[in-house]
Amino acid sequence: MKLEEKLGLIRYNLDKEPHIIVNTEKCEKCRTKPCIVGCPAGCFKIEENKFLFQYEDCIECGTCKIICPKRVIEWSYPRGTFGMAFRYG
Amino acid sequence: MENLDAIVVGAGPAGSAAAYSLAKNGLEVMLVERAKTPGEKNVSGGVLYGQVLHNLIPNYWEKAPLERRITTHRLSLLSNESAFTLDFSSGKRSPVPNDGYSINRYKFDQWFAEQAENAGALLAPGIRVDDLLWKKNRIIGVKAGTDEVQANVVIAADGVNSQLAAKAHMRKEHTSEQMGLGIKEVYKLPRKIIEERFNLIGNEGAAYHFIGCTKGHPGGGFLYTNQDTLSLGLVIFLPAFEVTKDTAPDLMEHYKSHAFIQRLIRDGELKEYSAHLVPEGGYSKITKLYTNGFLVTGDAAGLAFNIGYALEGMNFAIASGIAAAETVIAATKTGDFSKRSLKRYEQVLRDSFVLKDMKTFKRAHNLFNNPRLHSTYPKLVNTFAHDLFTSKAVPRQKLVQLLIRHVLGNVTIPSLIRDGLQVVRGL
Repeated sequence: MKLEEKLGLIRYNLDKEPHIIVNTEKCEKCRTKPCIVGCPAGCFKIEENKFLFQYEDCIECGTCKIICPKRVIEWSYPRGTFGMAFRYG
Repeated sequence: MENLDAIVVGAGPAGSAAAYSLAKNGLEVMLVERAKTPGEKNVSGGVLYGQVLHNLIPNYWEKAPLERRITTHRLSLLSNESAFTLDFSSGKRSPVPNDGYSINRYKFDQWFAEQAENAGALLAPGIRVDDLLWKKNRIIGVKAGTDEVQANVVIAADGVNSQLAAKAHMRKEHTSEQMGLGIKEVYKLPRKIIEERFNLIGNEGAAYHFIGCTKGHPGGGFLYTNQDTLSLGLVIFLPAFEVTKDTAPDLMEHYKSHAFIQRLIRDGELKEYSAHLVPEGGYSKITKLYTNGFLVTGDAAGLAFNIGYALEGMNFAIASGIAAAETVIAATKTGDFSKRSLKRYEQVLRDSFVLKDMKTFKRAHNLFNNPRLHSTYPKLVNTFAHDLFTSKAVPRQKLVQLLIRHVLGNVTIPSLIRDGLQVVRGL
């Protein structure tokens, strides 16, 4: 099963106010970009040499903030009631 | 609003245990949770060992939503196509307080928060605490949006990424070295098939742990049987992502593709994909535990235990929640909520298994970060077992000779000595 389908099993209540803010200009200069491989929801990627980020699929683990070598990921939990919800956990 | 006795932030096992104990003792306590329903944001990567919970809620297993009572423990070393396994099964029939259970956190955390609520705690779900309220060098409450609530003490039980512990200057920024990423998939299967496949009767359950399933990166795998689902998980220590080209989801797929894992989960229907960080820093990365008007509990404080064959977090969380509550109850009697009074919390934890275990095994962290543990040794053990249990119609070597040949064929003597010392010191 593809990652998109797996994420499709999770309920989201999307907060229009992003809970992760990334300075993509600085990210493009980052040599290692461990966020791309470390994010379990595939929120970070490179497409056509552009560094892309989206917070909508985020499953709120916090990995990206910790592994960011440049410490340019501003991360908080989504506001109360927002974000994803597990049913098994 | 008047001044509360305590505000507990986070309705996981630590927070609910603290709020329950405080409310039971007649204190006015608010339990704040960012999820709409407690448990929605949480993921279990372990077995709930219940002794501590039993002390708090006697015979909890008759009331709490639990999945299966763990009677079989396995530790497997995986190599490409084989598995070498240690298996311990207990035939004990009736539950005892220190049994372990697999649990569904969505159900369990909800139940535990309800117990706190029934005891008199004010449960406030759907609220994210944004900041702490200070009066000089003392914490006097919390801020959520434009709302402010004051209390004599704030107990941080806001989990592994605890923002409150950071805001209260209890910890530095987290580093990769102290965290593991846990990814979990839940598969649905008929109860009967689970029981037959794992050789279980009735409500018995199995806990399997795997080493050698992480493409050589420090980490490990687990599988727990629930009533009619299986929880399959993989933990990768974060530094791996600085060197690997495999994404975290790829590593999960690789783990699942192992023939041994495949046959355990076959025909299961994927119901949930989840991820959560696990504190893996051990004793040296425990945060400061208290300051004026403030205590830190559970994952928020880094109170989690991993020594490969035993993983514990939830009962450490519950124990710390209870210890925090006891401290606040004592402080309420004297009216002193300064750090001089709250340091009792640390003493209670130091006298209990929580900090004693973490201290005893403080060097286990080095051992689990040794890459040879995750590739060379699982492979070595499997090829050795292969030679042991198969016949090639050539003369056999004696057991010890065979073992020495396998070990020296794969590991240099200095490495072997170093690794041996790590085992002795760590475990």
